[in-house]
Amino acid sequence: MVIQIKPEQIKMAKPLGSPTTAEPTHPQDSVLEAEGVSIYYGERPALRDVTLSVRRNSVMAIIGPSGCGKSTLLRCFNRMNDLIRGSHLEGKVLFNGQDIYASNVDPTELRSRIGMVFQKPNPFPKSIFENVAFGLRINGFRGNLRDRVEHALRRAALWEEVSDRLGSSALSLSGGQQQRLCIARALAVEPEVILMDEPASALDPSATYRIEELIDKLKEDYTILIVTHNMQQAARVSDMTVFLLAGEERTGELVEIGPTSQIFTNPRDKRTEDYITGRFG
Amino acid sequence: MISSRERSIGLRQARAQRELRNRKDSAFAIVGLVATLVGIVMLAVLLIDIAQDGLGALSWTFLTSFPSRFPDQAGILSALAGTLWVITLTAAFAFPVGVAAAVYLEEYAARTWFSSIIQTNINNLAGVPSIVYGLLGLGLFVRMLQLERSVLAGGLTMALLVLPIIIIASQEAIRAVPPSFREAAYGLGATKFQTTWLIVFPSALSGILTGTILALSRAIGETAPLITIGALTFIAFLPDGLKSPFTVLPIQIFNWISRPQAAFHEKAAAGIIVLLVVLLAMNAAAILLRNKYQRRVEW
Repeated sequence: MVIQIKPEQIKMAKPLGSPTTAEPTHPQDSVLEAEGVSIYYGERPALRDVTLSVRRNSVMAIIGPSGCGKSTLLRCFNRMNDLIRGSHLEGKVLFNGQDIYASNVDPTELRSRIGMVFQKPNPFPKSIFENVAFGLRINGFRGNLRDRVEHALRRAALWEEVSDRLGSSALSLSGGQQQRLCIARALAVEPEVILMDEPASALDPSATYRIEELIDKLKEDYTILIVTHNMQQAARVSDMTVFLLAGEERTGELVEIGPTSQIFTNPRDKRTEDYITGRFG
Repeated sequence: MISSRERSIGLRQARAQRELRNRKDSAFAIVGLVATLVGIVMLAVLLIDIAQDGLGALSWTFLTSFPSRFPDQAGILSALAGTLWVITLTAAFAFPVGVAAAVYLEEYAARTWFSSIIQTNINNLAGVPSIVYGLLGLGLFVRMLQLERSVLAGGLTMALLVLPIIIIASQEAIRAVPPSFREAAYGLGATKFQTTWLIVFPSALSGILTGTILALSRAIGETAPLITIGALTFIAFLPDGLKSPFTVLPIQIFNWISRPQAAFHEKAAAGIIVLLVVLLAMNAAAILLRNKYQRRVEW
């Protein structure tokens, strides 16, 4: 028995070669590629030999049980794992065909091109304006700050709600507004890719809906990777879905990757089916 | 299966035990109250005693006069000025160095055996008796660097004394900044320097300031290290520069209390009141600063 999803909820992805893990595909327009990526925290592997590629202007959902390395996979794309003591990576991660772990790559520059939104809304204890302007300031932006801030807030569907109080504290906003502010903050730097680590898990259903709506719009200009615990959410927002497995010897193993419609209606792997139908995880 | 008889015995025992537990609870409440009162009552008695002795001697003339052989003319001006000089210099040296050390240890230093040795040493230094710092100041600043018995030597010695406390307080304040702030900054492409100084430091500032002011209030009451480096007891002029000789409030108080005349003892009590007012003012400043920044920096 496979989870019931209304057809209109599924974004039909364009075919992308073979959808299973067996033969990784390297289409011309892929923005991010992982080639045999394994990540270790100390001796403990958190991700094992993952190979995948993310097509430009698509949404890829990363699903799997707790502790399966979803966040680790997400964070290897903007080298946030570098900040964790004792972590190291094997394999190759390519951004627009360039190895981002090469010695000549500056991780801070990379992170300004691959934005990130976190699980819990984490606005700085500054004004709404300063939150959005922060990324521009630190990256040495010279130009009309106000325009860029307004533009980012509009893109994040927050402008209407905050335009009259840009100077007030970001912490005065509701949780859902704070998360959209964090999205605006990431957008202001004009990244190509946005990594979202369970962006709606701390929000109520209506705030979650607004975030999902936003993801759908942002897809036109950005490539989005989203980690989520919520199967329906993965089904609603993503074009492609990756399923990772947890558990002793298999932690961080990629089980299946494919168009979301196929993963949710006709998974090839029994374990994927068990997971999305809620039999474990 | 337990029989109903057994169960009722069990229940009776449980009830008895609960009564015992409750009695213990109320007994401890009384012991705790007494313990609290001992401290407060002693302090109140002390304050009342000092107020009785000193309030009469406290006047504008007392605050604006230099010390004198004649008790009715003796004032606290040079000691008050000396204290303000020393504490300002102490803050000027200890704050930047202490904050920089704390930031380094928390944000930059790798967790190696070397950094853990440094950390352990800082923790131990915070507990070193102040007279040891006095001896260090005497050897290092007064003799080796030939600063003489100057207000500069006093400030530097006091800075060494409060440095470990400032470092530890600042480290705690920095550690209390949520990691999510750092992640957010790094995620936008901030360097470590930008993350530290634009996000972490401002968020930790209220804690750092509170810790610094409390450390300085400890320094204000210190006498031993300044006597060791040779602060004078009779100064009838104001410090006019970093090389100037000086005295501070606790030394002046000590000087007066060791005189035989009762009139000087009143002066000593008045001096203690002045010292307490300075201390309370500093603690109030710490609370105000904390509230001011906490209102802006909430999470």
